[in-house]
Amino acid sequence: MSAITMRELTKVYPGGVRALDALDLEIADGEFFALLGPSGCGKTTLLRTIAGLEVASGGSVRIGERDVTNLPPGRRDVAMVFQDYALFPHMTVRDNIAYPLRIKKVDRRSRAGKAGETADELGLAGLLERRPGQLSGGQQQRVALARAMACHPQVFLLDEPLSNLDARLRLEARTFLKRLQRELGVTTVFVTHDQAEALALADRIAVMEGGRIRQVGTPTEVFRRPANTFVAGFIGSTPMNLIAARVHGEELAVARARLPLPEDARDRVTDGERLVYGVRPEYLDYSASPVDGALTGEVVVVENLGSVSLVSLDVPADDPDAADAPDGGAGPDGDAGPDGGDGPGAGLAAGDTGAGAGRTSVQVVVPEGSEPEPGDTGWVVPRPGRSLLYRDGNLVTAAPPAGVPAPRAGVAARS
Amino acid sequence: MVEGARPVPGASPAPDAAGLGRARATGFLVPAMVLILVFLVVPAAWTIYLGVTNYRLTGLAAAHPEVVGLDNYTRALGDERFRTSLLLTLQFVLGSAVIGQAGLGFAIAFALRDRRGPLRRLVEGFVLLSWILPSSVVAFLWIALLDRDAGTLNALLGIPGTAWLLDHPMLSIIVFNTWRGTAFSMMLYAAALENVPRSHLETARLAGASTWQQLRDVVFPHIRGHVLTNLLLISLWTFNDFAPFLITAGGPEQRSEILPVYVYKVALSGGELGFGAAISFVMLLINLVIALVYLRMLGRRKEAA
Repeated sequence: MSAITMRELTKVYPGGVRALDALDLEIADGEFFALLGPSGCGKTTLLRTIAGLEVASGGSVRIGERDVTNLPPGRRDVAMVFQDYALFPHMTVRDNIAYPLRIKKVDRRSRAGKAGETADELGLAGLLERRPGQLSGGQQQRVALARAMACHPQVFLLDEPLSNLDARLRLEARTFLKRLQRELGVTTVFVTHDQAEALALADRIAVMEGGRIRQVGTPTEVFRRPANTFVAGFIGSTPMNLIAARVHGEELAVARARLPLPEDARDRVTDGERLVYGVRPEYLDYSASPVDGALTGEVVVVENLGSVSLVSLDVPADDPDAADAPDGGAGPDGDAGPDGGDGPGAGLAAGDTGAGAGRTSVQVVVPEGSEPEPGDTGWVVPRPGRSLLYRDGNLVTAAPPAGVPAPRAGVAARS
Repeated sequence: MVEGARPVPGASPAPDAAGLGRARATGFLVPAMVLILVFLVVPAAWTIYLGVTNYRLTGLAAAHPEVVGLDNYTRALGDERFRTSLLLTLQFVLGSAVIGQAGLGFAIAFALRDRRGPLRRLVEGFVLLSWILPSSVVAFLWIALLDRDAGTLNALLGIPGTAWLLDHPMLSIIVFNTWRGTAFSMMLYAAALENVPRSHLETARLAGASTWQQLRDVVFPHIRGHVLTNLLLISLWTFNDFAPFLITAGGPEQRSEILPVYVYKVALSGGELGFGAAISFVMLLINLVIALVYLRMLGRRKEAA
């Protein structure tokens, strides 16, 4: 019973910075939950407010059945692993792991036993008498995890758990962390700015911007159907193509081409309406010869990503009256929300940035062996069911917003 | 066989980063060396020499001092007044430096650690003021504060007629020196506390540690080196501090006669320069011992880390 429920949670720092803005969020019992966003979006503040290290300016936090809004951190029954691991350098690994137990006045023998047991689970058995300075980064992280586990808290909070590891170790630690969380089944919230990490680890993700949550959903939902252009631009190792479009009967006029309307949006748009067409580079197929229902343009950049290449094409912007839309915020998500214009989505979405007036850039992922050369003319076809339409920055969709999943084990979290 | 760039055999020449050459480098060093020699080494050696003579300020022995060997030292060690003075000095160091300045300085720094703005600046300003004022001004202020008949303290407490400087001379100069020197410790600890990682303190807080437990488990292990350096400096400064003379002049009845005051009285008021020099040398040795103890503790810390 350790679901976390936040209601209208607000944090205003002295000086008037509103880090959390009346935020509502439910995290189910046993869930592995990611808080994702660019720096300054409030994700770390949210984590620290759950921990009790920041005092909420308004709203409430509940862990399980308890309202912990005004409890000090030591009485919330949560454990946190910091980005720098915060291991005490003057204590041995054993003493570090046993530290929370020592504060809870567990007697010396049983806390040494408990520390040894936890260390065994995490593969630290031979290192108990070492000092943190004598350990590698990955081992230090596991000691920090062991210290968090040793006192069996209701909730784990991880602040950027993988960012202090080098690239190779990071993948290993990611798998390890996911497996550990699954075995322990403890509600875990982690903060990251790396969308790939969030997609790989989390059961559900909350994408944050400017102290608000822009979308909550499973990695699949967030990746396939970003609820707004901000999320669309933020999620995915290659950001989504966002191109100005206009409804034309049963079809969509995009970059002087005609594409079929996405299924979802068919009955929700009006003829002549201006929208933003979104499709991921991974969901586009490149062709060197003319195809129907394709965007066409000149290949300008080919980036090798290993097994695939990322190809950028310059395609003509939409029909002339769309191209001379007001500049600057013109972008398709110009008035998406309070922050439209400075998120990653905004820069990419603006149809006529970068490539000069009357042109827009489309990126497509091409499998190895069939890469074009810069200067070639290419055609790209969106795969059916994978393109999206955004109106004022928000997804045009029939699907209802996703709810909170049932807890993985035990009783329902919602009271 | 190819003649490549083989390493030059034999001892590698001393690195000469500045490219001056030995002679010119020596030229740069000489002025500083001469100054140190003239103003530091010679007087020190002179003091040691004086310590084994019966040199006096006036009289026959001033004209023709005689070497008396270790007589001055045996006399000092047998002298009740010297031993009392040494004891008072230790009280003074322990009370005003270790407990007073370091303790109060740390307490203020810890209390202000997360504060910014006017309160912090005000407190720091007042503490610093006591540190930057000239000794003579400060001594006058304290005499005015503690005066028996017209003293500010007595007026505030409503107990006129309490002669603080006569009844509690040691307490008076200990409190005085604490007030005078806290600023240094406060600033040093404030800087040290900035270095305690926030995440470590927060880990302790999340485990439920009290303020005292956070101090013991996180703060002190982190600032141990700062504490030792601070104690080393303020112990030496306090040991050699002459300012209390300006307030109590060692009195009454030598009850606040710490070693610097004692040396001054013996050597300059009493005119026994040789004896005074001997005691000065003893003080130097004690300072050396204090420094060595702290440095050993610092060294051990580095090994442990």
